[in-house]
Amino acid sequence: MAKTIFEKHSQGRKGFTLPKNDVEVSLGECIPEKFHREEDIKFPEVSELDVMRHFLELSHMNHCIEKGFYPLGSCTMKYNPKINETLVRNDGFMNLHPFQDEDTVQGALDILYELQNDLAEISGFANVTLQPVAGAHGEFTGLKIIRAYHKLKGNTHKKKIIFPDSAHGTNPATVILTGYEVVEIKSNDKGMVDIDDLKAHVDDETAGFMLTNPNTLGLFESQIEEIAEIIHGVDGLMYMDGANFNAIMGIVKPGEIGFDIMHFNLHKTFATPHGGGGPGSGPIGVRDDLVKFLPVPMITKKDDKFFLDHSFKETSIGKVQSFFGNFAVNVRAFIYLKMLGAKGLKRVAENAVINANYIMKKLEDYYYIPHKDTYCMHEFIASGKWQKEKYGIKTLDIAKRILDKGFHAPTIYFPLIVPEAMMIEPTETESKETLDEFITAMIEIAKESEKNPDVLKNAPINTPVKRVDDTLAVRQLNVKFEW
Amino acid sequence: MPFISNTDKDRKEMLAEIGVKKFEDLLTDIPKKFILKELCSLEEPYSELDITRKISELAAKNISTEKAISFLGAGVYDHFIPAAVDHIVLRPEFHSAYTPYQAEVSQGTLQYIYEYQTLICELTGMEISNAGMYDGASAAAEAILMASRKTKNFKAVIAGTINPLYLEVIKSYTEGIGIELVYVPSKNGMVDLEALKDAIDDNTGCVLLQTPNFFGNIEDAFAVEEITHTSKKALFIVAVDPISLAVLNSPSEYNADIVVGEGQALGNAQNYGGPLFGFLASKLFLARTIPGRIVGETLDADGEKAYCLTLQAREQHIRRAKSTSNICSNEALCNLAATVYMTLMGKEGLKEVAIQSTTKAHYLAGKISKINGFSLAFEAPFFKEFAIKTPVLAKEIIEKLKSKNIFPGVDLKQFGYENMLLIAVTEKKRKWDLDELINSLKEFSR
Repeated sequence: MAKTIFEKHSQGRKGFTLPKNDVEVSLGECIPEKFHREEDIKFPEVSELDVMRHFLELSHMNHCIEKGFYPLGSCTMKYNPKINETLVRNDGFMNLHPFQDEDTVQGALDILYELQNDLAEISGFANVTLQPVAGAHGEFTGLKIIRAYHKLKGNTHKKKIIFPDSAHGTNPATVILTGYEVVEIKSNDKGMVDIDDLKAHVDDETAGFMLTNPNTLGLFESQIEEIAEIIHGVDGLMYMDGANFNAIMGIVKPGEIGFDIMHFNLHKTFATPHGGGGPGSGPIGVRDDLVKFLPVPMITKKDDKFFLDHSFKETSIGKVQSFFGNFAVNVRAFIYLKMLGAKGLKRVAENAVINANYIMKKLEDYYYIPHKDTYCMHEFIASGKWQKEKYGIKTLDIAKRILDKGFHAPTIYFPLIVPEAMMIEPTETESKETLDEFITAMIEIAKESEKNPDVLKNAPINTPVKRVDDTLAVRQLNVKFEW
Repeated sequence: MPFISNTDKDRKEMLAEIGVKKFEDLLTDIPKKFILKELCSLEEPYSELDITRKISELAAKNISTEKAISFLGAGVYDHFIPAAVDHIVLRPEFHSAYTPYQAEVSQGTLQYIYEYQTLICELTGMEISNAGMYDGASAAAEAILMASRKTKNFKAVIAGTINPLYLEVIKSYTEGIGIELVYVPSKNGMVDLEALKDAIDDNTGCVLLQTPNFFGNIEDAFAVEEITHTSKKALFIVAVDPISLAVLNSPSEYNADIVVGEGQALGNAQNYGGPLFGFLASKLFLARTIPGRIVGETLDADGEKAYCLTLQAREQHIRRAKSTSNICSNEALCNLAATVYMTLMGKEGLKEVAIQSTTKAHYLAGKISKINGFSLAFEAPFFKEFAIKTPVLAKEIIEKLKSKNIFPGVDLKQFGYENMLLIAVTEKKRKWDLDELINSLKEFSR
């Protein structure tokens, strides 16, 4: 392992230069002694070269899209175009302060306004807010809007949000965070919402329903119309988790198939980088009568001038972020969308779906694939069930062996309803050759689990560190370096 | 087609392998009537050159703080960022990696988060830090939820001198889940300590204080702590400016339980207010109530040192409805920028940034308060930001100085303070810039 930056400290070394202070005032004249820090902060003292070498060394221990295939289900790890990075670093974007006068940020507001409109167009919603900064933040905003809707209608009896057992963990967590009760319903043997179970759980207290579509099994919920009818029948609202929107862009509009609210993950579908965990952007779109509840401000246009609209503050849910969301992420998504156009958008979805079906087809003889009787959308679930039953190999072992072959592992043990699940999402940016290499590796691993199971149990061996003990990390909690 | 590798020929071959004739045959589960018959109504696709031109034109319509003399702050600050920061951030290994769930191929991300946590703990004097939140406002809101979970007391007392934008986000996070917010009014730009005493009782879950507060004034955190901890269970949450901690009391000196703040000032550009990032650190006894990711040191199968995400039983992907928060994606890359920034600046650099920002702010405040009609709004000690009373509407000043590309500060009228400007100064300002503002304000003297 690399040394920590703290172990590279050498007193007096400097990694910065600053201009000389040209006002003749001392700190003591400004701030009473009582408020001065007792001891200087203990930060490492290192040179710029020390810093560059340190972080380069760390970077070499990471997988990334430019290094290789990243088939993480529900994460849409597509290639992030480099032009976005060049253009977003324009002085006219990076160095804008959120309290600047509107006249001085017309270009920025123009982009946000156009992005709101374009996202509304492709999702079939009346308007879109760009304020939420992540998918879960979008869910939070969406459920606050459901609350506001019921509050305005005097629906004080609405207490429950329903979601299927295939839902992302953020769904139930968000339900609790917004003060609702969770109601989890079953999926049927086809991997879709069990309508009977839904009916059994829907009642007058139902405030809304959260659904990922296509769902986390990679299947389009074919009974969406009936589901929406049931939920709307008790004046509940339909929320779409848009994590899997990549599969259906330009093919269907969520606003036209029964959904009232949805979030986008611009860091998935719209090619902005994941950044090792963020920053993302989680805009939400809503139907016409819900626009008044969106967070303030919205970006609007009047007489060719763009401005920040706070006029609906009375009905708005308020603010979920201090300003206008992750502006720099939204600019990247804007560039991507403009480069795709309507045809490109559709082509993205098509190729994402084809790539996923191609892998699924090629692996069906080697891994248990619970829903191979139907075509998948942009991702599918394989399972290590056969390997576990026959050879005692866990999906975790398979995943770690995939790392050895130079690929990132799929999302594993999710969705929870498929034992030993591996959720595979190739995205549209990957070539047939890359998919073939991955397929070959997966077949090799299936064979290894029969003939040489130890190689899986000991995997990974080709990575910067061997299998990491995460239970020890909890037992001997060490979350900062002592020096 | 941009960014798609496969050609029509590849598609055809793949469709044949799958066993269908055309793409549409794969859409068996989508009801026919929902499938769009027309393309979405979007502009024709731009080439890389065309989009470069369009974006450059749009950017040129903005006036950046580099082209102006800006004194805007109120939570987002224009501090100097060394060039090396962005070179590290742009490394694809950091930039296009996912959340480090597969530890063996994510040691780079995991180690820098561990180092980030160490630096934040050093800065705040806390024992544990998470890997970051959306922004300072959401970090403050989640800290209140943390305190409620730990104490089972659902009354949060908030100093009225907190950034009003934080307050709005806090309201969104606490509405509808049974948390009562109690505001303590301010007196002369500081929290009113007598009113604070009255607001606290044994049902109080936490007290939230910002220092330096929204007006830039340094609160007496020692006194607030003493009052807070007279309540049986109440936790003391403090929101701080990380730059200030290079010179001001570490929150551990005044016995804070949870420390949050906006981290943007640490190596991240203003970016029109996003992405920002929040930091959240606390005493160790609160570890299991912390929201979001935490990295811990451990060993690999060979007994070598390694890092992984830890205490994951708090998180949504494991605990679902029982998790401490719904947060999943955070602002990781901004935390990386902060980590690189803090290591480059080191102890001396951060201190110099803090001292220059403070002394320049005080020089400016001294000069402005001597202009007829202008005065400091408060007498309290302040850090790098201060409020002034103006002889005319603040809006009028902002409007007039716009033509000179001077952004004199934030108009506090929107937050209920008439004729008041909030002025922030960072080390980037030269004496010349400060004198420009001083001379421009003289036009308004009375």
